[in-house]
Amino acid sequence: MSYLEYNVKRVPTGLSKVLYVNWALVLLLTAVAGIGFMMLYSVAGGRLEPWADPQMKRFALGMTVMFVVAFVPIWFWRNMAALAYGISVLLLVAVDFFGTVGMGAQRWIDLGVFRLQPSELSKITLVMMLAAYYDWLDIRHVSKPQFVALPLLLILLPTALVLKQPDLGTALLLIAGGGIIMFLAGVHWAYFAVVVAGGVGLVSAVFASRGTPWQLLKDYQFRRIDTFLDPSSDPLGAGYHITQSKIALGSGGWAGRGFMQGTQSRLNFLPEKHTDFIFTTLAEEFGFVGGVSLLALYVLIIVFCISSAMQTKDRFSSLLTLGIAATFFLFFAVNMSMVMGLAPVVGVPLPLVSYGGSAMLVLLAAFGLVQSAHIHRPRGR
Amino acid sequence: MKRSQREAEESSRRIARRTLVLGGAQALFAGVLALRMRQLQVTQADEFRLLAEENRINIRLIPPARGILYDRQGHVIAENEQNYRIVIVREDAGDPEQALARLTRLVRLDDETVERALKEIRRHSPFVPVTIADRMRWEEVASVAVNAPVLPGITPEVGQSRHYPMGPDFAHVVGYVGPVSDYDLSKLEDPDPLLQIPRFQIGKTGVEAKEEELLRGKAGTRRIEVNAAGRVIRELDRIDGQPGSDLQLTIDAGLQNFMQARLGEESAAAVVLDIEQGDVLGIASSPSFDPNKFVQGISVADYRALTGTPYRPLSNKAVQGAYPPGSTFKVVTALAALEAGVITPEDTVWCPGYLKLGERRFHCWSRGGHGHVDLTESLQQSCDVYYYDVGQRVGIDNIAAMARKLGIGVHHELPMSAVAEGLAPDRAWKRARYGQDWQVGDTLNASIGQGYVLATPLQLAVMSARIASGRAVTPRLVRSIDGVEQPSGAGAALDIHPVNLARIRKGMDAVVNSRRGTAHRSRVVAEGMAMAGKTGTSQVRNITAAERAAGVFRNEDLPWERRDHALFVAFAPVEAPKVAVAVVVEHGGGGSAVAAPIARDITLRALYGRVPPGEAYPSDQRWEAERRLNDLPLRDPGSFSSGGRSRA
Repeated sequence: MSYLEYNVKRVPTGLSKVLYVNWALVLLLTAVAGIGFMMLYSVAGGRLEPWADPQMKRFALGMTVMFVVAFVPIWFWRNMAALAYGISVLLLVAVDFFGTVGMGAQRWIDLGVFRLQPSELSKITLVMMLAAYYDWLDIRHVSKPQFVALPLLLILLPTALVLKQPDLGTALLLIAGGGIIMFLAGVHWAYFAVVVAGGVGLVSAVFASRGTPWQLLKDYQFRRIDTFLDPSSDPLGAGYHITQSKIALGSGGWAGRGFMQGTQSRLNFLPEKHTDFIFTTLAEEFGFVGGVSLLALYVLIIVFCISSAMQTKDRFSSLLTLGIAATFFLFFAVNMSMVMGLAPVVGVPLPLVSYGGSAMLVLLAAFGLVQSAHIHRPRGR
Repeated sequence: MKRSQREAEESSRRIARRTLVLGGAQALFAGVLALRMRQLQVTQADEFRLLAEENRINIRLIPPARGILYDRQGHVIAENEQNYRIVIVREDAGDPEQALARLTRLVRLDDETVERALKEIRRHSPFVPVTIADRMRWEEVASVAVNAPVLPGITPEVGQSRHYPMGPDFAHVVGYVGPVSDYDLSKLEDPDPLLQIPRFQIGKTGVEAKEEELLRGKAGTRRIEVNAAGRVIRELDRIDGQPGSDLQLTIDAGLQNFMQARLGEESAAAVVLDIEQGDVLGIASSPSFDPNKFVQGISVADYRALTGTPYRPLSNKAVQGAYPPGSTFKVVTALAALEAGVITPEDTVWCPGYLKLGERRFHCWSRGGHGHVDLTESLQQSCDVYYYDVGQRVGIDNIAAMARKLGIGVHHELPMSAVAEGLAPDRAWKRARYGQDWQVGDTLNASIGQGYVLATPLQLAVMSARIASGRAVTPRLVRSIDGVEQPSGAGAALDIHPVNLARIRKGMDAVVNSRRGTAHRSRVVAEGMAMAGKTGTSQVRNITAAERAAGVFRNEDLPWERRDHALFVAFAPVEAPKVAVAVVVEHGGGGSAVAAPIARDITLRALYGRVPPGEAYPSDQRWEAERRLNDLPLRDPGSFSSGGRSRA
């Protein structure tokens, strides 16, 4: 792709870029984050401290970052993709050495101002890297084994580092996110069929290994799977969260109990009520209507991203936009499945709603990339 | 790279096709999520609605009653007491300051308590119950309960807290419990949900910590309904938990109390083993402390007082303290030499008061020397030169192997904190530890129990029990769990010739019961109660040339922390040994003058099962002994326990 091509067509420059921002997307993101502030305010018992207030400040910071990223031309970001990927891998290595242990896993680097979670960053830089790779690659080579092996390595490197922390949830998200980009780029169906078959084989091997001397998972990990399959078997151990969150959802009913009227999620001491399980509060206080509305907002964000991606002919832009949208989808789909008892409890936050700094900043920066692709799309004929 | 227009078109089309597939899948999944939400919140909602409409369902844990600890006679060592406390929920109480002001009119609360409660209340969310006051009297709790209508949000609650009726006597053995800390939780991979209960108490040291799994029990659950004010309306169902196991220890509480009292405020430790079963009948470490203070939350001043003294009250010296065993170790050297066949009991060594090794002189404790010394005399008079000579002949590796056979330098599995291993050094050890070759001088030091050799009081008692019985007696602290007898520590016969053991016993008999023995003053005269033993005085310093010049030789002239340790190991009765005893007094001075009298009192207390009568002592010491024993601050173990009453 040449600069010439961009220059022939009209690409917004200077202040006129503001007109071409995807304002609908900005509005949707703000709406979702707003729901998050309300829930954090409610969970804290009607107080801004300790969660809602810092979350708002982070959102303001995140929005600023998003606009800065958005106004930088998309080709700059494409050239930066390999560098960003490299830095995030180095940070993942660094977290092994300097990281502090939180919740039993090594995930943070303390930067003084805030704590950086390199695994969050790597989800986006991996998408950038793969998009840039397929932009560079001749499409006739896409399905050749050697050109399939390279992106696989690019995916597996950060995945292995994340697994070592250990953070199974993020590792699975990296693999799924990377796989989706390869799929979108047009890698042959057969590869995916093999991976799916292999995955099924691995899962059955893991279960077959149980109780034997070479068992592949730790005992407590097996117990988590057991309680996922049958939460009532252990209502106080790992099944506790699922049972509690189901009761909360159920008591919300059709229209919910009303703002600040939620009780289950407050009295039941869900330990992650402000992070991974915040959806239970929403579903209890605003019921089915509230839950579906949030789901609809999320789906709309995806739809806007897809439509933006379809309007550009630039391979990097469209793959990047679609990849970020897919990652975003994985976030909320996995979190909601977990809260509703459709997936085992893995630590994945509800995007833009759960309390947490790294995740929000990284997500908004990612949407900055989406905006940049949207703004710098060549327009006119 | 230049790409043709057609290729770009093809690429876009391909991405569009795949996007269609992926978008479809995503839409499908979003649909599934919406359906699931509908199922939980609309279709199945009726299941919850009945209960959730006005009231809230809640699953609460029922903490199990912690297992009780008994001594070998069934006296309670650790029990659970009802603990009444007053709890406030801000949400329901309105203005907390007014609520507390109303409360203080009913119950006496000091300003500090009120201040602390207000701070706690402000720190937590309004629905979190905060404890205002702990350990209330029943009358106070009753008056709060009666006045409940004017005290919204304030409720009395009953819980259980650990109590140690014998106070300091069992502080080191049993340890104490305390609230779970974040550090405790971080060590566990898959913590018991019970530990998530705020201020849940778990064992922190000693048996309480080591047998935590047994003592804790399993949590029960109850599903309850609470009304809009958070008050419990009714219990829906209940699964009872399992109370913790009751443990009976091998310790005799009366003996333990006697031992602690006899050690007094010395920095010392004593161990009594039952030779038959290996039961630890008593294991004392002084000075001690009151574990109940830790349960209630110890004040900073009290804690400083415990940590700020060189007497180290918090340390369990009986198993944590590793000391140079001094002359008590000579029985090991002698036995190793007999077994290796390098000496016979009749062989004599000439002791001129020192042994010359190259340019260096190794002194005997007796400056003038002991003259010709045979095996029995060497133990009786504790001649150092005899052991320098014999030690060189038998070699360090044989000595170390014998030490381990007798229980020194090996780990003894007891449910107590930080059980030390001691050290039986040999050539391989020195090479690995210091990268140096073993020197002959090292052997000389080791053969009289100095240098690198280290033993804990427990190990010394095990050594004595093994010599007395000829079996590999191993210490046992837990006698039964929930009434199930635990394996005995009697042990199999030792791989040592019985005749050689008898020779050592004869020497130890002579130490106490022959006129020239080092512990002759501490003999027992009662029929069938005679004690055999070995004294030890271990140096913790070298006398410097400057000190020698200044004439400082005497122990009493030195500062406390540089004085010698006093040791004594014993077994009794000589004819048919029942108990083995070890006493170590840190920086106490001489083993014969300080440790042996303590060991005699303790041995007699163990044999008689009560405070020993004056007749057991030689006639010239009778009056003094009776006065000493009468002055001990003893307590009857039965009188302090409430019999584990709150077992409910």
